[in-house]
Amino acid sequence: MKYWSRKQKPKRDQSGAPPVEPLTLPALLWLQAALALAVAPHVWELPVWLTAVFYGIAAWRGFIALRARQLPPRGLVLIVAVLAGGAVFVDFRTLFGRDAGVALLVAMTACKLLETRGLRDGVVLVFLGYLLVMSNLLYSQEILLVAYLLAVVLLMLAAQVLIHRQHAGFKALAPLRLTGKMALQAIPVMLILFVLFPRIPGPLWGLPRDAYKGRTGLSEEMTPGTVSELSKSDDVAFRARFTGSIPPPDQLYWRGPVLWNFDGRRWSSGDKAPRTTPVPFTPEGEALEYTVILEPSNRIWLFALDLPAILPARSGMTPSFQLLRQEPVNEVYRYEMRSYPRYRTGDLEAAERNRGLWLPRSGNPRARELVAEWRARNLQPDAVVRAALALFREQAFYYTLNPPLLGSNSVDEFLFRTRQGFCEHYASAFVFLMRSAGVPARVVTGYQGGERNTFGDYLIVRQSDAHAWAEVWLEERGWVRVDPTAAVAPNRIQQGLYAAVADTEDLPFLIRRGDSRWLRQLAMGWDSLNNSWNEWILAYGPDRQKEFLSGLGFGPVDWADMTVAMTVALGGFSLVVAGLRWRDQGSRDPVTRAWRRFCARLARRGLTRGAHEGPLAFAERVAGSRPELAESVREIGRLYAVLRYGPVVSPTEVRMLQRLVREFRA
Amino acid sequence: MASPIEDRLDLAIRQVGSVILGKERAIRLALSCLLARGHLLIEDLPGMGKTTLAHALAHSLGLHYQRIQFTSDLLPADILGAAVYERQRETFVFHPGPIFAQLILADEINRATPKTQSALLEAMEEGQVTIEGETRPLPEPFFVIATQNPAYQIGTFPLPESQLDRFLMRIELGYPDAQAERALLEGEDRREVLARLPVAMTPAQLQEAQARVNGVHVAPPLLDYVQALLGFSRQSNRFRGGLSPRAGLGLLRAARAWALLHRRAHVLPEDVQAVLTAVVSHRLHPGEDSLEQSSAELVHQLLTAVALPA
Repeated sequence: MKYWSRKQKPKRDQSGAPPVEPLTLPALLWLQAALALAVAPHVWELPVWLTAVFYGIAAWRGFIALRARQLPPRGLVLIVAVLAGGAVFVDFRTLFGRDAGVALLVAMTACKLLETRGLRDGVVLVFLGYLLVMSNLLYSQEILLVAYLLAVVLLMLAAQVLIHRQHAGFKALAPLRLTGKMALQAIPVMLILFVLFPRIPGPLWGLPRDAYKGRTGLSEEMTPGTVSELSKSDDVAFRARFTGSIPPPDQLYWRGPVLWNFDGRRWSSGDKAPRTTPVPFTPEGEALEYTVILEPSNRIWLFALDLPAILPARSGMTPSFQLLRQEPVNEVYRYEMRSYPRYRTGDLEAAERNRGLWLPRSGNPRARELVAEWRARNLQPDAVVRAALALFREQAFYYTLNPPLLGSNSVDEFLFRTRQGFCEHYASAFVFLMRSAGVPARVVTGYQGGERNTFGDYLIVRQSDAHAWAEVWLEERGWVRVDPTAAVAPNRIQQGLYAAVADTEDLPFLIRRGDSRWLRQLAMGWDSLNNSWNEWILAYGPDRQKEFLSGLGFGPVDWADMTVAMTVALGGFSLVVAGLRWRDQGSRDPVTRAWRRFCARLARRGLTRGAHEGPLAFAERVAGSRPELAESVREIGRLYAVLRYGPVVSPTEVRMLQRLVREFRA
Repeated sequence: MASPIEDRLDLAIRQVGSVILGKERAIRLALSCLLARGHLLIEDLPGMGKTTLAHALAHSLGLHYQRIQFTSDLLPADILGAAVYERQRETFVFHPGPIFAQLILADEINRATPKTQSALLEAMEEGQVTIEGETRPLPEPFFVIATQNPAYQIGTFPLPESQLDRFLMRIELGYPDAQAERALLEGEDRREVLARLPVAMTPAQLQEAQARVNGVHVAPPLLDYVQALLGFSRQSNRFRGGLSPRAGLGLLRAARAWALLHRRAHVLPEDVQAVLTAVVSHRLHPGEDSLEQSSAELVHQLLTAVALPA
């Protein structure tokens, strides 16, 4: 008798609550494991108390499940939820934004675990789990993390399979094998979506303000100590791949913010608004062609070698030749560049000249005295430059990462008292001297040099390569780069930071050239892998996508074309798969075909016929585990056995079998 | 639409089952073996009901029954019979041995010497005996149930492989389950039950049933399956030497008998699988990879490794 069929809605019991189909123990344990692993990478950012609460509750829930104890009453769960939410609010002073949001998600997932009884709760938890997995990508998109998250997704998928097919009787690791197969099948779909899903410039939706915090990099201002502080970080700022060979180090000046304004201690930008066309100049000699793969910086700055001649898409250039993008770089960003290392800029406008000479009225008196002396000797601008450089070269100046602190007359103190400084001290003092002497000058910050990765033949530029130098304006030649650091520590320019500072200074591991060769090789290989990841996966943005698709011969494509292409590709793939399956199942013999259809239908419900299992034995087994199907299953099994193994095939019986299979609903 | 033959077979199964409690599967196998004109080897410890099974079968089927207790001093003539000189008639008169019966229980066959064993086995194979130049046919039907204690017991001559092959099936009875054992302990003496059993079918009906086994239909997909089983046993390195063509014939015959017992006019893979262990376990020998495995495990591997032909 059919006393229950899937189409009927389960009846409600007297209390009005729907009956709960409980989660089986394996399903719950898999789910818990997947959730615990999804939260694990967050442990670095979460407050310690929340980590403890989450894993404590998970362990408690596991204990309850294993010992078949009662779940805590709903009232208690509610109290825990309110307390956890309140604690998150107190800790972060908000419930919004990336950090507080993730914390709240973790806390509420833990609470959900405490009231998880049935299948529906399990499904909710699985989707919370996927959300937790994705939230990890807000913090990092590194290759290792992504690999880890993929593994967690597989586990989550296995938990989902177990939840939906609780009674399929999976053995230990069988769900993983199944989800592995599913994941493999999903790869073509993933590739199609990755390549063709229309990418939109800028974030699809506004991410919370704190989403990009905590990134190191150059700043808009320069005070003594800002660059040297940055030099202690071995984070990669960007990587650059040259079309030809990598140019010599004294050409590797990666131009960043140009600083005009000085208040006696601090340099700040004062640059003019960017234009949408490259600033003209007269190139001399060959151009350098290269590609920059910029790490996220939450800044709009793009870096290019002196002097950039083209503009990447959606960016502009200030009159001081700095490249700026329209929106901050919060993803790995890749752009093509062309620069001319030898150049001649044009005339100086009066306003620009004034800004290039502007100094505070007072302060740094001794430096001004020194310049007055030069003026008395009536030196030409280029002689003034030489005199200043000679000063750095001949006096006892030291290049160090840990210079003494300077007060308000920073230039005086540095030039005449401490004489120990990092590049920002030299650049600042030099520009001050130039301006005092009437030579227009400005500070340029950016990066200098970089390390060649022999694996991929590209240049790695790290935060430790941050640098500050000067530009002076000379008649006939225009803006000329002068690097006072080169006068003090020529090694810094030629061989990088490690060669220029004493061994005793604490540098991060990767910058110390003395470390074992083997380890460095390993690090370079790893960096090369990361670079490929960046270039091909993370930097695959709207521009790259268009470039790639146009390169395939589609001509210019817009998002509508891509949507069509994606739909066609996905549809085509599905058709191919369906066709393969159909051919696999298709057989000329209607009896065999009906039987396979029947078996496939049961297999979808977790009742898979063993390869050696005969029709009657299979029907008996199904009847045993699904008594409501017994009647029809036995009849189908009997008919198939007679038709396949019996002496005659009666068309009536064939039709009967086909009809039974057609009407069969597992 | 069960014909009387099938009803009588069912009755025989029920009757024997009332004596040997809880062993319906073994009884069905034994009866299938008989219907397939094969001989049966029961291998088990003493006291498991081997003799009772043979006795009950003979009784239910109305067969003339002889029991031969094999001992180490048993001679071939003790089985086959001998010509004895009779003074009154002044001639040699043949005194038939116990083998001239329809159902022979050869008890503890592995206690006799190989010479005596082979006398019985030759008779089984040929269906006739030749004594002093004269060939005498054995009665019809002729069915041997041999029992054997597990070979590791002291003072036994284990049957060589070639002789084992002459038995269509080898089965084990095993201990009864708790329920059957309780009924056994509570019930009356088995011998009394046995004595009261009516005859379920005549020898002629049995022969008719045997003839009907040959008529059970075997479809090409089933032959494919049997061939796949044989092929796998020959190719896989889990077994040393595969199943012989005789084993294949026996398997098919036994499966037909099994199907008939289950009132089917055609053989299903399930029928083959049901008799597989009994028919092939004494013919399969573990290969180098699977020396540690019991014969039952070996057969199970064979069964699960071979898929039904699509």
